[in-house]
Amino acid sequence: MRSKRNQILAVPYVVWMAVFVVVPLLLIVVYAFTTKDGSFTLANFSTMNQYLGVFGNSFFLALVATAICILLGYPLAYFLARSGHRMKGVAMMLIMLPMWMNFLLRTYSWMSLLEDTGLINRLLQSIRFFDLWNGIFGTNIEFFHMINTPGAVVLGMVYNFLPFMVLPIFSVIEKIDSRVIEAAQDLGANSRRVFQKVVFPLSLPGVLSGITMVFIPSVSTFVITKLLGGGMTMMLGDLIEMQFLGAAYNPHLGSAISLVMMIVVLICMAVMNRFGEGEEEAMLL
Amino acid sequence: MKKNGLFSRLFMGLVFLFLYAPIFVLIVFSFNATKSRTVWGGFSLDWYAKLFQNTQIMGALYTTLLVSVIAAAIATIAGTAAAIGFYSMKRRPRTLCLSVNNIPMTNADIVTGVSLMLLFVFAGRFLPFKQGFATLLIAHITFDIPYVILSVLPKLRQLDANIYEAAQDLGATGFLAFRKVVLPEIMPGVLNGMLIAFTMSIDDFVISYFTAGSQTSTLAMVIYSMTRRKISPEINALSTLMFLVVLALLLVINIRQANQDKAAKKKADKLAAPGSAALLDTQK
Repeated sequence: MRSKRNQILAVPYVVWMAVFVVVPLLLIVVYAFTTKDGSFTLANFSTMNQYLGVFGNSFFLALVATAICILLGYPLAYFLARSGHRMKGVAMMLIMLPMWMNFLLRTYSWMSLLEDTGLINRLLQSIRFFDLWNGIFGTNIEFFHMINTPGAVVLGMVYNFLPFMVLPIFSVIEKIDSRVIEAAQDLGANSRRVFQKVVFPLSLPGVLSGITMVFIPSVSTFVITKLLGGGMTMMLGDLIEMQFLGAAYNPHLGSAISLVMMIVVLICMAVMNRFGEGEEEAMLL
Repeated sequence: MKKNGLFSRLFMGLVFLFLYAPIFVLIVFSFNATKSRTVWGGFSLDWYAKLFQNTQIMGALYTTLLVSVIAAAIATIAGTAAAIGFYSMKRRPRTLCLSVNNIPMTNADIVTGVSLMLLFVFAGRFLPFKQGFATLLIAHITFDIPYVILSVLPKLRQLDANIYEAAQDLGATGFLAFRKVVLPEIMPGVLNGMLIAFTMSIDDFVISYFTAGSQTSTLAMVIYSMTRRKISPEINALSTLMFLVVLALLLVINIRQANQDKAAKKKADKLAAPGSAALLDTQK
């Protein structure tokens, strides 16, 4: 099977990758360093200064979303890995199922829930929650303002990308050899120490791959900010989208922003590779 | 490990509530008699009837399915071939190929999207074509293949190299040996890869948005353009139907899997204890 002749089978795809993966990336680099008439410039990077706030904002919100995903996703993956065989199958199905529905629709549905006159506020009104709230805090509110805030954007990210955190962690915890845990118990570790010293360190590769899989789409989203942020919260994705298909048409600046974002991704990957092997398998579930 | 206590069950329940609340809302309001998405105006099936008459949505659905099926099929064949090619390579070129293969998966979708858009715009200067279905298909194949490769490669690694040689020793030509011996072994990986590729294509919005041009629209693109005004509840009806189809599919797969496990276990039990069964028989 591993014959030299079989290497030929890779040739078409190598050519394909060269044309549709490598060349487009080189084009981004070329565009980032040139002006409209094709001469070399660094101006695209210096004009990026005015968007420093957007960079900071994007990274901050994506970090918060990633942290919440870990806080929610790790325990979930851990509990699931401990569940019975049947329960595991059902729960995995329940986690995968939403991924099959278009994420735009699911995000859009949050609008109905979060609006000032949305379902959550209506529900709270109907149980007279706000009377209680106003009574305790001396305020005079009739609804919580949730939509079009950075908080709503973070919620949208957590909602959309949580499965990408749960799945790799789950698959790593599930693969932990139960004899390792038994050995630790035999050596006198209580369940807390078993978790601290055995399960958690062994599950780190899953957490790391979960972090990349949540952070990268979060930092570059433009749909979630448009739907749940109401255009109030600008992120890197919005900025890039504007330069390519939006009003501020300037693919050169857009390429420069994409390039900087890509470099950050590369740095992330390098850090990941230093931490854990077995990453590839964790990503594949 | 210990079984889950009350706290962990509650925690799991709350997370699942969080995951399913919007889907539940979507489904409930697909049966709403009025156009509102927050006020219940009575039960009706109008949106389902209107859905099938909406040519924009139906056209986009057709485009989405067409591009996903073609892209997944091509990606499966090309990806399996490429995986075998990678597997046969020496270590160094293989590592290089795999790193490039990883790029579309690790890069942010928006970067993949705009980079392909730049390529198509650039190529459009020299070649007479416009962004449309063809460019959309190319983009989908490009981001589908890496998933197929990553799902086939582990199966190739698990393969016992001797069986391929044994088949050849028994007189099979290279291709026959591949078809009869190797392919059945790696088939689970191939099918899994195809499924992931299809899912990725169906679910994609960002890359399609940048590569489909202004004339072609996938379902996600139609939904996106609708969110700028107001989504018509027909879309709720469509997503309810899609949800049910996927749910049914997953249930069938799960039940089949469970049955297979059961059958395998029964068989194993029988095989494990033929002696004891015989013993029981003689005692009667």
